[in-house]
Amino acid sequence: MKKYSGFSLLKNALSYHENWQKVWRSPTPKKHYDVVIVGGGGHGLATAYYLAKIHGITNIAVIEKGYLGGGNTARNTTIIRSNYLWDEASQLYDLSLKLWEGLSQELNYNVMFSQRGVLNLGHNLQDMRDIERRVNANRLNGIDGEVVSPQRIKEIAPLINISSDSRYPILGASWQPRGGTARHDAVAWGYARGADALGVDLIQQTEVTGIRRQGGAVIGVETNHGFIGAAKVACVTAGNSGVVAAMAGLRLPVESRPLQALVSEPVKPCLDTVVMSNAVHGYISQSDKGDLVIGAGVDSYNGYGQRGSFHVVEHTIQAICELFPSFSRVRMNRQWGGIVDTCPDACPIISKTSIKGLYFNCGWGTGGFKATPGSGYVFADTVANDHPHPLAAAFSLDRFNTGALIDEHGAAGVAH
Amino acid sequence: MLLIHCPHCQENRDEEEFSYGGEAHIVRPLEPEALNDQAWADYLFFRTNSRGIHHEMWYHAMGCRRYFNATRNTLTYEILETYKTGTQPTIVGASA
Ligand SMILES: Cc1cc2nc3c(=O)[nH]c(=O)nc-3n(C[C@H](O)[C@H](O)[C@H](O)COP(=O)(O)OP(=O)(O)OC[C@H]3O[C@@H](n4cnc5c(N)ncnc54)[C@H](O)[C@@H]3O)c2cc1C
Ligand SMILES: [Zn+2]
Repeated sequence: MKKYSGFSLLKNALSYHENWQKVWRSPTPKKHYDVVIVGGGGHGLATAYYLAKIHGITNIAVIEKGYLGGGNTARNTTIIRSNYLWDEASQLYDLSLKLWEGLSQELNYNVMFSQRGVLNLGHNLQDMRDIERRVNANRLNGIDGEVVSPQRIKEIAPLINISSDSRYPILGASWQPRGGTARHDAVAWGYARGADALGVDLIQQTEVTGIRRQGGAVIGVETNHGFIGAAKVACVTAGNSGVVAAMAGLRLPVESRPLQALVSEPVKPCLDTVVMSNAVHGYISQSDKGDLVIGAGVDSYNGYGQRGSFHVVEHTIQAICELFPSFSRVRMNRQWGGIVDTCPDACPIISKTSIKGLYFNCGWGTGGFKATPGSGYVFADTVANDHPHPLAAAFSLDRFNTGALIDEHGAAGVAH
Repeated sequence: MLLIHCPHCQENRDEEEFSYGGEAHIVRPLEPEALNDQAWADYLFFRTNSRGIHHEMWYHAMGCRRYFNATRNTLTYEILETYKTGTQPTIVGASA
């Protein structure tokens, strides 16, 4: 892999940028791998990268039915934060946030991680009690956070309406300065390039259609391009996890739902932070290109169609116009949906299964982009050692049997 | 936006009048205390999550306030039929 640098930019400018090395190879699949990762989204690619980098397992294929990072990774609103309520969740998300902080250096790829801070607004007394509780819990876990007043919110985001006679007045917020956004595609591409350089085969346009087992252990995957043998199969297929689990005769506590987002026409810089509100249900930031990036709520029904109902988008826009009256003049450019894998406790599943050599990393629902590095890190460790990483242990499938759920509906309340 | 036919009201109404009730035909165990943890978890949390034909409950919250079932294709979102709770679907099919 040729390193990217200011020097390489200059050098390639001399040949009109026509001689850049391909970012990754397009190999033909081998007959057998130590690990096959199903799903080439950010989480699958990060898993491959850390398996190769940290655990020295390089005989790996990532099998992606579409193109790399074309699933939810490409469709999300890129909000990154770690201010979850419970110890287990906040530690996992904060590991991820710490990895984000060094990721562009680690990957030699600019993931455009921007720590512009995240505000979670409170609109009534109960919201404020919950926010105070969450911020206190965060601080006990060594995670930055403050409870801020409406005046301070106005300083951070001057266009916001803090008038006390609005329909849902803003009473305060939690503020996590280390939170922010990143470039969604760049994360997938950065991990893909890093994994490829370490010898991982990235196989696109190949769909896994079956999981072959022998005597209670996995031996490989069927694909539309034939059988590929594997000692271990790690599934990281987000909204399609239920479908993939069924290939191995398993059911998951997951339901797939449409989640929508939309962006406006590009406008001049006017919002340099991330604003989220559970109560009115909207969240917004401005991309470096200038578009306002707005996330809607999750649709109520199960669906795999990568689109949702219009009224969900409408409610979100109402909320955004309530918070930022001046945005009512902005025109929306594009709208889309992704299929998110929601869990009953709004926490992910990072787990071994009852089948030897078969692992699942899913259930990230509406908020797994922020966890991409940490998820890959702990999942790689879990797969390599056939034993849960300490930070992944609480997220096993078995928690649904024991009842040790980690209820993050409060902190994850708004889809993000 | 879905247009949903309520089998009680016998009318097509806007999706916003309804709320979603999840997978249908899940039978509540008659003797929960006789189940082991896994069987209870399976009842409470584990779902078929079909990609394709799906039988699901809907609640006509802003109408007759009664539950009913629908058979819907979760890929195209087409509602193939709605039927009253306690009755069986006429359309059953393998998931896509
Ligand atoms: C509109 C929207 C907004 C969001 N906003 C945020 C946010 O602001 N912050 C945040 O943290 N999270 C957010 N999320 C959630 C986040 O996008 C996801 O949790 C995260 O990207 C999941 O990453 P992944 O790699 O697991 O999944 P994906 O990127 O979906 O990757 C899974 C891959 O598996 C592939 N696949 C599936 N089945 C097969 C098969 N049988 N064979 C081969 N390949 C297969 C798919 O093609 C896909 O590429 C949002 C999601 C959406 C939809
Ligand atoms: Zn009715």
